[in-house]
Amino acid sequence: MHELSVCQALIEQVERVARDNDACGVVSIVVAVGPLSGVEPDLLEHAYPIAAQGTLAERATLTIERTPVRVRCRSCGAQSAAAANRIVCADCGDWQVEVLEGEELLLKRVELETSAEPVH
Amino acid sequence: MCRDCGCSLGPDAQRAQSGTAGAGLRTETVEVITAILSANDAVAAHNREHFDRHGVLALNLMSSPGAGKTSLLEATIRAVGGELRIGVVEGDLATENDARRIRDCGVPAVQITTGNACHLDASMVHDALHELPVAELDVLFIENVGNLVCPASFDLGQHRNVTLLSVPEGDDKPAKYPVMFRASDLALLTKSDLLAYLEDFKPARARDALRQVGFQGPVLEVSSRGGEGFTGWLDWLRGEIQAQRARAARGERLRPAVQPEGAALHASPSE
Repeated sequence: MHELSVCQALIEQVERVARDNDACGVVSIVVAVGPLSGVEPDLLEHAYPIAAQGTLAERATLTIERTPVRVRCRSCGAQSAAAANRIVCADCGDWQVEVLEGEELLLKRVELETSAEPVH
Repeated sequence: MCRDCGCSLGPDAQRAQSGTAGAGLRTETVEVITAILSANDAVAAHNREHFDRHGVLALNLMSSPGAGKTSLLEATIRAVGGELRIGVVEGDLATENDARRIRDCGVPAVQITTGNACHLDASMVHDALHELPVAELDVLFIENVGNLVCPASFDLGQHRNVTLLSVPEGDDKPAKYPVMFRASDLALLTKSDLLAYLEDFKPARARDALRQVGFQGPVLEVSSRGGEGFTGWLDWLRGEIQAQRARAARGERLRPAVQPEGAALHASPSE
């Protein structure tokens, strides 16, 4: 259920970027969400139209890049993929691993619509 | 990933490409790369500064509803209320019940009622801090909304996350809710007095499930009705309070396990 809060924070950031760039609208938004962020991409997608209503991002498309969980083993040094509830080294099975990827909750890119005439 | 996608860029962007849309409009793509929750993170950092200025340890207590967070606090206050200066922020959807229970133990408590929100965020905690004598405390407990999902995603400004797993819930809870248990610095297996009756719960299996989700801290079996494990909890608490005082004196700042190594790479420079 917290995906709506996350989405509202996302829209606030997007609107800030749009204002900073004198944009009149937002065409598309790209975010990255990892399984360890605690945010469910499908729910974020559902929350998006609700949070975007009446904002500069109202008609923007939302693209969610789903990142995998990847770990590096502190014992054997191997890098491998892992499941969210099995964060262990796939090579030697050790649980003393460093998470390289999978925790992301990032706004990556915004495509803005601006007036063709430069603003002075 | 972040080495490839331009994390070193400031939030205010690099224009990657532009094109022309219809009707006197053109489009441009702006690379941003900031944490979606950076506004919350900035308030959390402010809260943490506030705690550190006064050398106060802030602990975020998380668990499912009914795992015994408030009972743990009541028992803790009874045991060390004379020795440690304790303050409590209580988070619930509704009622003042928990704050009242804590105040009845003689400790200042502020209740945050979130309405239908499933978690506390940094600004709710910030508002609550204004009603507490933070400068006069050794430790502030933030009792989050009972929920094993959402609270893990929001930094409140705490130094440590403590997650409770009560014996009646079952020893496989960490496998079912990996994000929250992974984000913990200490796991407490609460209601351990029930272990004698609930034979299905094996502490060794709970420990194993915690390791599997990447939890790397200590695991203690505690009962708020007393016993050996409770002494272990109090020892951990005293140790953390001392460590926090020492860090604050050196001007160092601690963030809890929930803050991933990679987050630093993605942090907004304005933070």
